[in-house]
Amino acid sequence: MTSANDTAATATTTFRPSGLTTDDARNVLPVLQLDDVTKTYPTSPPVHALRAVSLTVRPGELVAIVGPSGSGKTTLLHLMGTLDRPSSGTVRLTGLDVATMVDDDLAALRATRIGFVFQQFFLAEHETILDNVADGLLYAGVRQAERRQRAREALELVDLGSRLRARPTQLSGGQRQRVAIARALVGQPAIVLADEPTGNLDQATGGAILSLLDQLHDRGVTIVLITHDRGIAERMPRRVEMLDGRIVADTPVAPPQPASLNGDTPALHATPPTPRGMP
Amino acid sequence: MTTAGVITRRKLRPADLGRLASVGLRTRKLRAGLSALGIAIGVAAIVAVLGLSSSSQAGLLAEIDQLGTNMLTVENGQTLFGQPAELPKTAPAMIGRIPGVTAVQDTAYVPNIDAFRSQLIPSIDTNALSVQAASLGLLGATGDTLAHGSFLNAATASEPVAVLGALAAQRLGIDRVFPGERIWVGNQWFYVAGILNPAVLAPGIDTSVLVGYPAAETYLGSDGHPSSIYVRAQTDRVNAVQSLLASTANPQAPSQVNVSQPSQALVARADAQSALNDLFLGLGAVALLVGAVGVANIMIISVLERRSEIGLRRALGATKGHIRVQFLSEALLLSLLGGAVGVSLGILSTAVYAHTKGWATVIPTEAWAGGFAATLVIGAVAGLLPALRAARMSPTQALWTV
Repeated sequence: MTSANDTAATATTTFRPSGLTTDDARNVLPVLQLDDVTKTYPTSPPVHALRAVSLTVRPGELVAIVGPSGSGKTTLLHLMGTLDRPSSGTVRLTGLDVATMVDDDLAALRATRIGFVFQQFFLAEHETILDNVADGLLYAGVRQAERRQRAREALELVDLGSRLRARPTQLSGGQRQRVAIARALVGQPAIVLADEPTGNLDQATGGAILSLLDQLHDRGVTIVLITHDRGIAERMPRRVEMLDGRIVADTPVAPPQPASLNGDTPALHATPPTPRGMP
Repeated sequence: MTTAGVITRRKLRPADLGRLASVGLRTRKLRAGLSALGIAIGVAAIVAVLGLSSSSQAGLLAEIDQLGTNMLTVENGQTLFGQPAELPKTAPAMIGRIPGVTAVQDTAYVPNIDAFRSQLIPSIDTNALSVQAASLGLLGATGDTLAHGSFLNAATASEPVAVLGALAAQRLGIDRVFPGERIWVGNQWFYVAGILNPAVLAPGIDTSVLVGYPAAETYLGSDGHPSSIYVRAQTDRVNAVQSLLASTANPQAPSQVNVSQPSQALVARADAQSALNDLFLGLGAVALLVGAVGVANIMIISVLERRSEIGLRRALGATKGHIRVQFLSEALLLSLLGGAVGVSLGILSTAVYAHTKGWATVIPTEAWAGGFAATLVIGAVAGLLPALRAARMSPTQALWTV
């Protein structure tokens, strides 16, 4: 069976951060830097969710963090999103050490530099999608008129510019997730953290969402995608595999390919689908 | 985009806070309405009780004003031996000569005479009515008015004709005047000429059967000594007249004369709070308390239900303070809404009741301002615990425990 997801996914296609060569990307300040991060939940017996994790995400990267449930990827997302603090080790976001910041400053950091996309969308059903997206700027101190203007632009970016007044209940699952992505993008964050963004969607719709993430990546947006789906991870340029709270593999950024062999741009569908046997 | 830079904390704009505070109300209208209803009922009860008592007081004062505060009453007191004293027959005429007196009228209690519906009524059923001889201009001095028929005049004063006070008419079972209407007074039929409206300044007249002085002497054996003298004085000379009344009415024994200004007693009565008010105020307070518990309850449920919203807001950059202030202002908005509805209901019911009674509608400031203040306090107290809970919720738990 061939699905949109499979046709869109390739194991070998690479993506180049827009305007950046690989060398550039290595030299600029990392967006996200985890050094020897440990997270232990003080239950009895204590749960070691993360053990000595080190990870660097540079501007413009699209990273998939993949692992089975219980491997610690959600905990990792909490720490990357400053929603939680590590037991030991340092987390730096855009160069700022999370350990040195008080909670209110972390909230301000989230308001301006981190965008979240969730599996369950978390949209307010009684608000228009325009206001849902505009709420992404609510805590960044932006006036409502400007919030709406920027929300309009973000919704146009995800191809929902014609449905600004629609309510989330009038939209399909894929459209709702696009609204949520627009909300994450509206503040032009340094990094977008997506937690199983296709988890509630069928395969075709999920594939469309992944294509959207690809396009955003092409525009230079830094994205970290969390998934348990190896198939999804494999179409991402960089894959970080987790197991039992450790990073067991980090497929590095592949060198950029020659622009094109046949004159086409390196499109998403350039390579035929690779069959995979994933559950 | 990737530089360290400085993080600036932001406060919510007032307009945004208002929008956030109304999220719960807009999404769950029925629930919000019902929980605000408790507070509305409490506030309405309190405002209505205070408003009604003020309005009735204002109505009474207006009535007193209309009747005039310049009436003085002279009554016979008691002798040193405890017997009823007698006022001289000349007393009304002498009082009339005091400078500043504009009208003097009098009644004389006729002792040992009772009035009955007919001679078949047992003589012990006196209905606590008294028979009094009255001067012809009595109504002009007391400010009372006739409900039916006519008052005594020069012709009927010497005939067996009576005018009934309002209560007297009621107790005798007479509600209108028709030719041949009669009552049994002493040992003789008296024809009923008129019925008075309730008296305000001279309440003793209400339970009286009034007859003319000559008739009282002819048929009932009255000695003609006045027992009550009603005096009107010029408003600016009321005090001067009052100080002279006792010695003028009975120069030999001024101490056996009681002088009073009935309007003062009425004003004092109007100022007194009735015990019923306290009862209703207490009920209103209980309703407010129940309403507060309702709001707190709704807010706690709301916080539990809206975990994911709280988590999302934290992820979008809300601080604990932002969450706290959102839920606190939602509780405040809810109870203020109830308060506003309650104050309006209270004012409306007061206005309707006062209108049917013909009073002016008076809502004391402390009633509506106090009602609003109470709802503010209630909202703050009821919203505090849920708001603290919401703010304390960890964003990871809120988001990932659905």
